Amino acid sequence: MPQLDGGGRVNAPAAPAAATAPPGFLPTALQPTTPSARAAFDARWRRVLDCVELRTPDRMPVALYASFWMAKYGGVSCQQLMYDYQGTKQLALRAAQEFDADVVAPAMVASNIYGPTLEAMDFRQLQWAGHGVGENQPYQYLDREYMLNDEYEEFLADPTGFYLRKYLPRIGGAFAGLAEMPVLPGMHYFRLVAGLRGFARPGVRAALQNLLQVAEEAERMAGHNADFAERLTALGYPRDAGGNTVSPYDFVADYFRGARGMMTDLYRKKDRLLQLLERARVWLTQLTIDNARAAGHPIVMIPIHWAPDAFMSDKQFREFYWPTFRQMMLDMIAAGLIPMPLWEADCSKRLEVIGDIPAGKCIYWFERTDMLRAREVLGDVVALRGNLSPSLMTTGTPEEVDAAVRHLAENVFHKGGKLILDCAFGLPDETPLENVRAMYAAARRYGG
Amino acid sequence: MADMTDQERQLVQLLADMQEDEALAIANRMLLEEKKNPMRVLELCRNAMDIVGKRFEAGEYFLPELVLAGEMLEKIGAVAKPLIKQGPDGEAKKLGRVLIGTVHGDLHDIGKNIVTFMLDINGFDVRDIGVDVPVKKFIEEINDYKPDVVGLSGFLTLAFDSMKETIAAFDSAGMRQRFKIMIGGGQIDETVRKYTGADAFGVNAVEAVTLCRNWMGVAA
Repeated sequence: MPQLDGGGRVNAPAAPAAATAPPGFLPTALQPTTPSARAAFDARWRRVLDCVELRTPDRMPVALYASFWMAKYGGVSCQQLMYDYQGTKQLALRAAQEFDADVVAPAMVASNIYGPTLEAMDFRQLQWAGHGVGENQPYQYLDREYMLNDEYEEFLADPTGFYLRKYLPRIGGAFAGLAEMPVLPGMHYFRLVAGLRGFARPGVRAALQNLLQVAEEAERMAGHNADFAERLTALGYPRDAGGNTVSPYDFVADYFRGARGMMTDLYRKKDRLLQLLERARVWLTQLTIDNARAAGHPIVMIPIHWAPDAFMSDKQFREFYWPTFRQMMLDMIAAGLIPMPLWEADCSKRLEVIGDIPAGKCIYWFERTDMLRAREVLGDVVALRGNLSPSLMTTGTPEEVDAAVRHLAENVFHKGGKLILDCAFGLPDETPLENVRAMYAAARRYGG
Repeated sequence: MADMTDQERQLVQLLADMQEDEALAIANRMLLEEKKNPMRVLELCRNAMDIVGKRFEAGEYFLPELVLAGEMLEKIGAVAKPLIKQGPDGEAKKLGRVLIGTVHGDLHDIGKNIVTFMLDINGFDVRDIGVDVPVKKFIEEINDYKPDVVGLSGFLTLAFDSMKETIAAFDSAGMRQRFKIMIGGGQIDETVRKYTGADAFGVNAVEAVTLCRNWMGVAA
């Protein structure tokens, strides 16, 4: 696998990187063993890295990303997709080979096979097939206050304690008993020795046992994800990302305060919120770098939920959203990672602000933002990814899909935009197979 | 605002400027200590919400302000409404009835709730029938409520088919011509409007209000 030096040039694969070379991107840990797969892998990966480094690749790369579309593809239920580790892996490998994309999302397995682990923890933040929604429906997040307006101080003072005694019991029924766990900060010497008896409370005991079971299931799930990554690589397909993370703002808004809570906190809890965003930035950056290193892949997908134009003013975006997220991306870049935020909905009004990032280090994936305008504003700063519209993919004809791919190829890629072609957010769940085939055929037809 | 006292003007201004603590303090003082007419206080709230809506349309305010405005209004309403002695005589005449719900299979409601709130403060009667609403329930509610406009909301791509199916069922039930249909949600565009057979789509709460106003023949 070519290693990249700090200047962004590709060294010959045979030349070992000098120990003193400035750090480049984290190399991918997994590589194929057979020569033909290795050659295909290298050519595909080079295409993507060329885009990241703002060089023109030999042709427009195309990505394969899907979640519950895999159920339609395989003729199985969403429920099967979530619970059948082996079956889901097989389906994803079949899709990878059929559509022959340049990069393939591990999320095709990883985002789906949560069923057994969610079940073990009696997870409360999602409704999923057989648990709140029908067996043929995708899972859906429940927007709630998982941290209350008056709990900022407690969370900031003792984050781990808050996770254990408040957060875990709220998001997992199996962890209810952790609410009775003893409070550790302040305990010392004999007070600590005697205080540990709190762990023997029946509720705590049961919750700890459940925690072990959940951990074991999560370990099994992780093993299947690792196996999928290896098998994908052996076939010559690089992963589109090693994992994912969230921005500090989305972390607080989505998973702690909920939409209403977060929006009103901008006025009611401004100082505390800014403090928590800064703390969360540090936690998330470390977690993200650790996870990327463990996954052995430089690209990190970051779905961006609360940045869209309609969701807050430019002033609020610059004050609450962008500073901590920008710093997080800078720290990721310094660690050799390639941040890949997926800017959901329409972020046209943010383009100038989010362009303030070092050139040649990120992939910006856009959902509804006009890609032509994104190329104009950001074409010399970041690689682009996206963005065939969900309505076109699900309700259009193969001819219309072909025309849409051609439009992006001609007006973005062939005009100098470093575009990785994809749908707005991967393949929509309901996309007819003929439209998917039309998309990949058109990518080859117009991407050269 | 010319016919307002200084205090009334101040309340409107504080609410419109998102000064929650000060606004609630004045509203509570007017209602509980000075025994001002609760109907008048609610009217002042509506005036403030008009300003909020205009600032939203002008791109000065965004979702956080709509949500906070809604919560301030709820808090004042909770104090004012028990003090209203009269029946509904004093109620302003509503512009029309809107029935709104998230189509079956979809549990998202943030956008729908904001549309409901904006229609309400803009003078519409709104009945919100929740999320994951089966076709049958839409039909029952329409028969009961007799809306002028039906709003179908959905965030997921699966909502395209649910909307199409729901509208087709209105056709089969012979009620399609009795009301207008608007759709909205994260992925909705003109392609989806055509696919579902809706009369119009909107990308935000202000567009929903504009659509309803136009259909009811109200000048903007």
